[in-house]
Amino acid sequence: MSQVNRLTNGGRIDRSQPLNFSFNGQSYQGFAGDSLAAALLANGVDIVGRSFKYSRPRGIVAAGSEEPNAILQIGSTEEAQIPNVRATQQALYSGLVATSTNGWPSVNTDMMGILGKVGGKMMPPGFYYKTFMYPQNLWLTYEKYIRKAAGLGRAPTEVDPDSYDYLNQHCDVLVVGAGPAGLAAALAAGRSGARVILADEQEEFGGSLLDTRELLDGKPAAEWAAEALAELQGMPEVTLLLRATVNGYHDHNFLTIHQRMTDHIGEVAPMGMVRQRMHRVRAKRVVLATGAHERPLVYANNDVPGNMLAGAVSTYVRRYAVLPGRKLVLSTNNDYAYRVVLDWLDAGQQVVAVADARTNPRGTWVEQARARGVRILTGSAVVEARGSKRVDAARICAIDVAKHKVTSSGEVLDCDLIVSSGGYSPVVHLASHLGGRPTWQADLLAFVPGEGLQKRVCAGAVKGVFALGDTLADGFEAGVMAAAEVGFDAAVGTLPSVEQLNEEATVALFQVPHDKSTARAPKQFVDFQNDVTAAGIELATREGFESVEHVKRYTALGFGTDQGKLGNINGLAIAARSLGISIEQMGTTMFRPNYTPVTFGAVAGRHCGALFEPKRYTAMHAWHVANGAEFEDVGQWKRPWYFPKNGEDLHAAVARECLAVRNAVGILDASTLGKIDIQGPDAREFLNRVYTNAWTKLDVGKARYGLMCKEDGMVFDDGVTACLADNHFLMTTTTGGAARVLDWLELYHQTEWPDLKVYFTSVTDHWATMTLSGPNSRKLLAEVTDIDLDKDAFPFMAWKEGEVGGVPARVFRISFTGELSYEVNVQADYAMGVWQKIIEAGKKHGLTPYGTETMHVLRAEKGFIIVGQDTDGSVTPDDLNMSWCVGRNKPFSWIGLRGMNRQDCVREQRKQLVGLKPVNPQQILPEGAQLVFDPKQAIPMTMVGHVTSSYMSAALGYSFAMAMVKGGLQRIGERVFAPLVDGSVIEAEIVSSVFYDPKGERQNV
Amino acid sequence: MLNIFCPHCGETRSEEEFHAHGQAHIVRPENPAECSDEEWGDYIFFRDNPRGIHHELWVHSGGCRKFFNATRHTVTYEIYETYKIGEKPSVTEASVAAAKASAQGVTA
Repeated sequence: MSQVNRLTNGGRIDRSQPLNFSFNGQSYQGFAGDSLAAALLANGVDIVGRSFKYSRPRGIVAAGSEEPNAILQIGSTEEAQIPNVRATQQALYSGLVATSTNGWPSVNTDMMGILGKVGGKMMPPGFYYKTFMYPQNLWLTYEKYIRKAAGLGRAPTEVDPDSYDYLNQHCDVLVVGAGPAGLAAALAAGRSGARVILADEQEEFGGSLLDTRELLDGKPAAEWAAEALAELQGMPEVTLLLRATVNGYHDHNFLTIHQRMTDHIGEVAPMGMVRQRMHRVRAKRVVLATGAHERPLVYANNDVPGNMLAGAVSTYVRRYAVLPGRKLVLSTNNDYAYRVVLDWLDAGQQVVAVADARTNPRGTWVEQARARGVRILTGSAVVEARGSKRVDAARICAIDVAKHKVTSSGEVLDCDLIVSSGGYSPVVHLASHLGGRPTWQADLLAFVPGEGLQKRVCAGAVKGVFALGDTLADGFEAGVMAAAEVGFDAAVGTLPSVEQLNEEATVALFQVPHDKSTARAPKQFVDFQNDVTAAGIELATREGFESVEHVKRYTALGFGTDQGKLGNINGLAIAARSLGISIEQMGTTMFRPNYTPVTFGAVAGRHCGALFEPKRYTAMHAWHVANGAEFEDVGQWKRPWYFPKNGEDLHAAVARECLAVRNAVGILDASTLGKIDIQGPDAREFLNRVYTNAWTKLDVGKARYGLMCKEDGMVFDDGVTACLADNHFLMTTTTGGAARVLDWLELYHQTEWPDLKVYFTSVTDHWATMTLSGPNSRKLLAEVTDIDLDKDAFPFMAWKEGEVGGVPARVFRISFTGELSYEVNVQADYAMGVWQKIIEAGKKHGLTPYGTETMHVLRAEKGFIIVGQDTDGSVTPDDLNMSWCVGRNKPFSWIGLRGMNRQDCVREQRKQLVGLKPVNPQQILPEGAQLVFDPKQAIPMTMVGHVTSSYMSAALGYSFAMAMVKGGLQRIGERVFAPLVDGSVIEAEIVSSVFYDPKGERQNV
Repeated sequence: MLNIFCPHCGETRSEEEFHAHGQAHIVRPENPAECSDEEWGDYIFFRDNPRGIHHELWVHSGGCRKFFNATRHTVTYEIYETYKIGEKPSVTEASVAAAKASAQGVTA
């Protein structure tokens, strides 16, 4: 295919570098420097997709980020798929593969289009709400087909091969946008020595300077831009970010910039390169030079391919040397649009006519066009485009703008391109991200940035300064102001000379009137991406939607991936006219980040795969891996779950490990338990206040179990705390609660009791803990320690210092299994050696390593709770039958005491922790199962509790569970029932929660 | 993302290093036993939710681990000041109202 629409000269493309690409399976060729959209237009591709609702053919409308139609799927392989890429913002590269995101079986012959034609009248706004609402449970079914028909692009199903990253940046001045105002601001700020970041979303810096026909200092404006860029590149404190969209303006001048590093090179980044980068910038000052988007006029059939923005056509002609047609008609309400007429004539093409809504336009460019023989129909507009897959004529009528009426039957002119311009909408998005509502400026017919809380300056077209010379001056001033505010001495310097243009005022025209009413006229599109028409907006207002936010939601105006960059202002104007109020009264919808869509890759950065979350390993991890452990995640820790032998499954391994502990000895890596070192003369008093039980009489060398509550009286952590010296304690916490507990202690110490002299240090990672548990544990430990393990010298709930495995150790004689048990703590860097010595010495004692699952079973057999499993933040110590652990007579009103005395905490029939013994000893109750007293009751049944822990016990020979049951402690011996999802019911007897060794004799030997 | 000055570190750091702990200046009753259930409920659960000036408790959890207070505007998210536990805020709803009145030429 030849590039039928390519000019032989001009443009910023490199004709010596042809690039092959494909679109919808067809091969084409473009040139280096093309955008995908430019290359498609160069090849005469009219239809790039089908519309969202009516499935009408759509072509390229714009040349920048505001493009609503050319939203394509890019990628030649599954892993490289990117949905919803704006063809106008995608640089062409060799081998690019693009497809339309919608249209079936193809965009040129679309089956859905017939539905659109037939169903057009049947699909008013709110159609989906009204039609697919009932029955509600079928919505998921409808949604699948609606989405398929709507064409929202698709995510890749294979893993993205590229890497993405973040970069944190700090600067004095961030300049957003590198058009005339942005370049000028960056120059002014950069010259002062300030640290400047200049970011622009395009493939080249320069913005409108790259394609304007205006001259600066008598030379093409692009030359001035090149000089400015060269100067900026020479400044060491200036960072230039190309292909970098400032997508979000967040609190305290924090901005996120999405930079596409290699998307212009190929679909996969070259080896060793990051594909996209998220810059997280904290800027002392921001200059917003985001420019303005041209607004199309709204007229009948304005969506037929061949209807484009006036300025976009200038860009295609001058920057890309592409002619998107041959015979042009312009419909405008302003002077600026006339440049397309002059550019079109310069390109040797035919201008059929200009329809100008104003009655007597006399601006410089208008006169230039007139002088070159262009037919200008004043007081007129294109009211209707003709053609189905491509514009073939335009109907121009005289109109009365004030009365919104067509005043002549008009004439139909043959043409293949209708360009329109309804004025310019400043890109106020970033200025409004933090809630500053834009304000309507009637003389400009534009919303400009409102009061900003951010430390920002706006420059150029974003604040309604459109003339090139004024824009440059404004940019320089903004740069000076921003730099000066952060302490840099900046000066404006000399401005390039610009030819002063005589400019005629714009007339307020948004929707062009039609001889038929809006509802009966051919469709006049406002939002191309979501197929919102002028008639739809009028209908919404008639149906009572008056707030701009409601109109938006009812019609879907501005809900597309383009966020209504083209259509929103027109939509507001139509709604305002329909309601008989001003645009100012109508107001705008909220602008929210992101300005343009951001890939998930860029959002995730490096935080994916192995780097998604930090992992914590104990000192013995390598041994666990070598010995075949299966691991469980507990918080960020990797804990051995069980150690399967000879292909055992979980249940077989746990049964074996349990019996080993009960009958011989087991070893558990308990290093992950939180450990907090507490020191100070008031340490003991502090413990008295944060634990429910008493600590006054705990002697040095002894340890005690403690429960911690919140002020509401509910249990939130537990653990054993040992007295190392009179003013020195070591607290242990649950593995998952370690950070939370330390924070809690600090909170109360720093805010409530700063007078207490006490200090907290996390020592979780400093000490490794190995628990020896089982009747043989004393014999085994004796072989590797110098500590006297005699049962009287080293009783239960005591701790000793000595050597284990040849290194200094603290040994705590505490038990979470009910067996004779020692917790050996050594410095983490010695731990692997000690562990291996114990394993070696344990061979003849039947030492078996066990994991968290066995630990859970063993503790449950003893009725020991796990906070967070058996409790859920609504459980008091009394509910747990742990009143023995509550020191009600302690002098200080400790945390939780007042809470647990509240009326609700002392009432009858609270849920209480009990044991459950299934009647069928082989049945295991599912954890979380709801319990009822009467299984025959009709649904909804009265639920009286739930199962918190449930296991098969190898030692007991039957299944058992722990459960919270209403008034359970008074119901020992009664039956409860667990009705399950599959309709079956498990019956169980309520029993004591202590199943094994109820007298606690085994740990006291 | 907020930029917060830690009065203990003496540096302005990103919000990621901090955790918010809700309303500041909630004092634990001197004698909890004398509180009614309702008073105790108010102390634990009930907090102001103003539109405007709000004094908040923050902790520099990824830094010095110290708690401090911040005066923040709940609409603009502007942080007027941060101050140590035990100190009083210099910007309050009343002080802002007074400043506004004086700017408009109204005297008390």
